[in-house]
Amino acid sequence: MIAIINYKSGNIKSVKDAFSRLGLNAKLTNNPEEILAADKVIFPGVGEASFAMEQLKATGLHTLIPTLTQPVLGICLGMQLLCAYSEEGQTDGLGIFDLNVTRFPKDRKVPHMGWNNFESFEGPLFKNVQLSNDVYFVHSFYVPIGEETIAQTQYIQNFSAALNKDNFYAVQFHPEKSGKVGQQILQNFLAL
Amino acid sequence: MLKKRIIACLDIQEGRTVKGINFKGIRDAGDPVELGAKYAAQGVDELVFLDITATIEKRKTLIELVRKISTTINIPFTVGGGIRSVDDVAELLNAGADKISINSAAVRNPELIRQIANRFGSQCVVVAIDTKQTDQREKVFIKGGREETQWETINWAQQCVDYGAGEILLTSMNKDGTKDGFDLGITQKINEAISIPVIASGGAGTKQHFAEAFQKTQVDACLAASIFHFGEISIPELKTYLTQQNIPIRCN
Repeated sequence: MIAIINYKSGNIKSVKDAFSRLGLNAKLTNNPEEILAADKVIFPGVGEASFAMEQLKATGLHTLIPTLTQPVLGICLGMQLLCAYSEEGQTDGLGIFDLNVTRFPKDRKVPHMGWNNFESFEGPLFKNVQLSNDVYFVHSFYVPIGEETIAQTQYIQNFSAALNKDNFYAVQFHPEKSGKVGQQILQNFLAL
Repeated sequence: MLKKRIIACLDIQEGRTVKGINFKGIRDAGDPVELGAKYAAQGVDELVFLDITATIEKRKTLIELVRKISTTINIPFTVGGGIRSVDDVAELLNAGADKISINSAAVRNPELIRQIANRFGSQCVVVAIDTKQTDQREKVFIKGGREETQWETINWAQQCVDYGAGEILLTSMNKDGTKDGFDLGITQKINEAISIPVIASGGAGTKQHFAEAFQKTQVDACLAASIFHFGEISIPELKTYLTQQNIPIRCN
């Protein structure tokens, strides 16, 4: 079973719909037992970081998520909340990744919105994906490069397009909105 | 590198796609879900669905349509038309829309932009601006271009950014329907005045018009409707041409 963590933060129907297009039924849930029992867990998120953290705390999910042992995929804000700290709303995150989420400098247009490719990537999440393939991004804050970075994209500077530590994976882009390349990445995650 | 985007716009009336014929009548152009899926398969980067009836009783039809689009289409899409409140936005986003577009309601009540941005994030708030040159000044028009406002377009665009807009969809009424190219002047002025993405709309007639907009202005995306619907330009052909002109375009 694929569990999509439902914590009232953003557009989660599109994530569920992406799995439907792959012929899979993913379940939207905030029930700890269902999340613990799932084979794969998706941690999505759109919106503002400190508000989203409050939502997680209100349901106790902030203590549950770091204890998960099955493959977990954070998407967009989900990825940023898996980091130690976010400048957006000056909030602590869940601390899986020892990185601080930072605001893009205003040298260029912010948000970074649209299709962008990879400068580098590694690991099974990117099987059958090319560096030149574009995926869809929309974000004003970014995760800098660190030891847990497994993919880099360039906008203003290089930033983490994907992270991995143990069973935790995270992507800054929206695989559920990234056409066939996004579908491939979701399938790669499901194959972990 | 961040790519320049090609956006197809579909006008929706009572759950069907409609298109104008020589600005006189409109006729049914089929199922918007099928047409959107076709464009997505052809490589369009985003879709905009604009509900041109947008009456309260037709709202349910639109929501149902947005659900179907979200189930079918694997690229981002924006929904606009008749949005007046945060609740309207919640309904559309919950149905699967990635962004919403507001126009007249934002002019009447700019606080609405802030309310939507605070609750759902700036990334989902597209403010559509209809601009027209009158007495050598670019002014904002509302109600589908029927009513002139007090706003100068540049000032209004800056206001929208201050209120939390994530993107501006700029339609030149002088150019709309002419097929003689995007309005490069006002498009570049807006791009210089604000620091969020801008979509140019109105005037697309040839592949060269898209190239010109991307080369001569800093615009992030170009939107067109009828030239795609009538098959005058196909999306793959357009993207191949723009790539040949060394414009960064998504080709996967």
